[in-house]
Amino acid sequence: MAKLTLDDLRKLRETKQKAMDMRDPENKEAQIIVGMGTCGIAAGAKDTFNAIIEELDQLDITNVLVRQTGCMGLCHSEPTVEVVVEGMPTVIYGHVDAELGKKIITKHVVNKKMIDNHICDKPAMDIIR
Amino acid sequence: MAYKQYILVCGGTACESNKGIELIETLKKELEDNGLIRDVQVVRTGCLGFCEKGPIVKILPEDTFYVEVRPEDAAEIVQEHIIKGRAVERLLYNKEQSKTNVGIKEIDFYQKQFRVVLRNCGVIDPDKIDEYIARDGYKGLEKVLFEMKPEDVIEEMNISGLRGRGGAGFPTGRKWSFAAMQPKGQKYMVCNADEGDPGAYMDRSTLEGDPHSILEAMTIAGYAIGADKGFVYIRAEYPLAIKRLENAIRQATDYGLLGDNILGSDFSFTIELRFGAGAFVCGEETALLASIEGKRGMPTPRPPFPAVKGLWGCPTVINNVETLANIPIIMLKGANWFNKIGTETTKGTKVFALTGKINNSGLIEVPMGTTLREIIFDIGGGIKDGKEFKAAQTGGPSGGMIPPQFLDTPIDYESLTRIGSIMGSGGLIVMDEDDCIPDIAKFYLQFIVEESCGKCAPCRIGGRKLLNYLIKICDGKGTAEDIQNMRDISEAMSRASLCGLGQTASNPVISSLRYFMDEYIEHIDDKKCRAGKCKKLLRYTIDETKCVGCTACARVCPVDAISGERKQAHVIDADKCIKCGQCFDVCKFQAVSRS
Repeated sequence: MAKLTLDDLRKLRETKQKAMDMRDPENKEAQIIVGMGTCGIAAGAKDTFNAIIEELDQLDITNVLVRQTGCMGLCHSEPTVEVVVEGMPTVIYGHVDAELGKKIITKHVVNKKMIDNHICDKPAMDIIR
Repeated sequence: MAYKQYILVCGGTACESNKGIELIETLKKELEDNGLIRDVQVVRTGCLGFCEKGPIVKILPEDTFYVEVRPEDAAEIVQEHIIKGRAVERLLYNKEQSKTNVGIKEIDFYQKQFRVVLRNCGVIDPDKIDEYIARDGYKGLEKVLFEMKPEDVIEEMNISGLRGRGGAGFPTGRKWSFAAMQPKGQKYMVCNADEGDPGAYMDRSTLEGDPHSILEAMTIAGYAIGADKGFVYIRAEYPLAIKRLENAIRQATDYGLLGDNILGSDFSFTIELRFGAGAFVCGEETALLASIEGKRGMPTPRPPFPAVKGLWGCPTVINNVETLANIPIIMLKGANWFNKIGTETTKGTKVFALTGKINNSGLIEVPMGTTLREIIFDIGGGIKDGKEFKAAQTGGPSGGMIPPQFLDTPIDYESLTRIGSIMGSGGLIVMDEDDCIPDIAKFYLQFIVEESCGKCAPCRIGGRKLLNYLIKICDGKGTAEDIQNMRDISEAMSRASLCGLGQTASNPVISSLRYFMDEYIEHIDDKKCRAGKCKKLLRYTIDETKCVGCTACARVCPVDAISGERKQAHVIDADKCIKCGQCFDVCKFQAVSRS
């Protein structure tokens, strides 16, 4: 490794910062929760999960928290993905393949528009509480 | 390809010695076996502070907090949490909240804490300079080297109000300015990492968890005072901290953040390590410098102060690890950010090593002005086994015992001095009703007698005399006159000793006489130790009505002091009894009583 100049250091910091931000549980404006129960995984949730992470990575988005969860009980619509974006109603999308996963990022998270024909449910707040 | 998840494993000494390394290896192997090694990164971090429940594992970004994780648990974490996304409930800290994914924020241990010094501990991998850089590491140095003159840096330190965290609380900016004022020439910057108080491990954890912050701070200080050479004086008993520091120095040198013309500027600075052999007195500035020079670690009279005439006669600034860890962030966020934290006279935060009879022992950081009650009961989770709080000792053997009536005192340098203790470096030992105050004072004096360098008479002879009186009192042979003599000796020691060690050595005695006189009087007049710690004052007797004659006590007694026929009540011969207490422990019928 050659000695760094001031510019090198700044560039290095910028590139490394992204990875650190992804780790940070705070400062997340949106949450994407992928159902990864046996049913979800069998229906291809892993590909969806990977596609979402890759898309975020490509678009340099670090303020979105991607989490896995168990079965949401909507086994007929797996893979299911819950999306929580500030200022928007929380929705669950059903039958989310890799392509739709990417679309969730570009359309729902970035452009704040819901993908109407794939909304499968809204979380039943009365049951959760 | 970015990682999708991160498993952070605490790599502090406490967790590492509890199979932490094996845990990391097993986790990596499990990930490898499941083809996840490229998706999930295992990060060995510095101390997360919650040593009581170690080894700690934190999974990000979902922020799940697992405690007491064994290497055997690795497979389940990977299978359940990583692959299936279900938290491993039995390993969660708060099992009642398992449904809602307990993050670090919800744990009471962390709620009142505010992390400045420990900002990177438990977050970054201390062996990776890139992670430190990503967390704004070396950004303070950037600003200092390219936007500030040395006098600006010192002015910034003065405005910040940062005071030395090693114990006495001398303003850091002023210390720097003394050295900066000396004529140009060879100057040195020294980091005092000779943490020696019993029960204190704040500096070790900082060095282990965030070594680069110390290197950055020393470089900044070097620039401010005009030094081109730094030394870290560290105890040889801290092998892990040494390893990480050595690695950090190597990385920083490779990156050109240490060495000639740092970042292309015209400032050059190098750092070397010097190992101490674990003498308490070497934490004292002048003794520390003597030890670096290869001489016997003994203090010399001040003035001249090291800032004027220090290492090899050159102006030298000595700052403690915790003081230094504050500096990069002060430079980065500005003195006016820092001086809003804390109290009127004492700015910033303080790291404490909580130990003793407390539920959550561990490493904590709180803003100055937090009360002892908040630290012990809210963060520390209260006293073990629901016992009664008796006293807290801050400042190690140089500090005093703080009684319950001062639990609500907001902590800063002045308030602690007012109630007869000192801030010290940050060891905080909690005592409960089972601790005997004269016995604790005796323990600290034993430490002082062992560690006194013997150069000056007040410390060498005074310490020994104090210890003898305390032994006498604990043996039940003390007199009222002894108390007066102890007071006189204590005063002589604090006024006439050469260095801080002797000057403060009598603090445990003075403070305990002030607040716990009744316990001393009990030992002297009633020959009684209420905590049951002073063996010579104990009497073991057998209650005839409860004894069933099982002979268990007679068989366990090492000196055959217990006699009696089978199925008949036994008796203890008080003259033979050595008060080992084994009969008390072994009796199933509570027939043996201790008084």
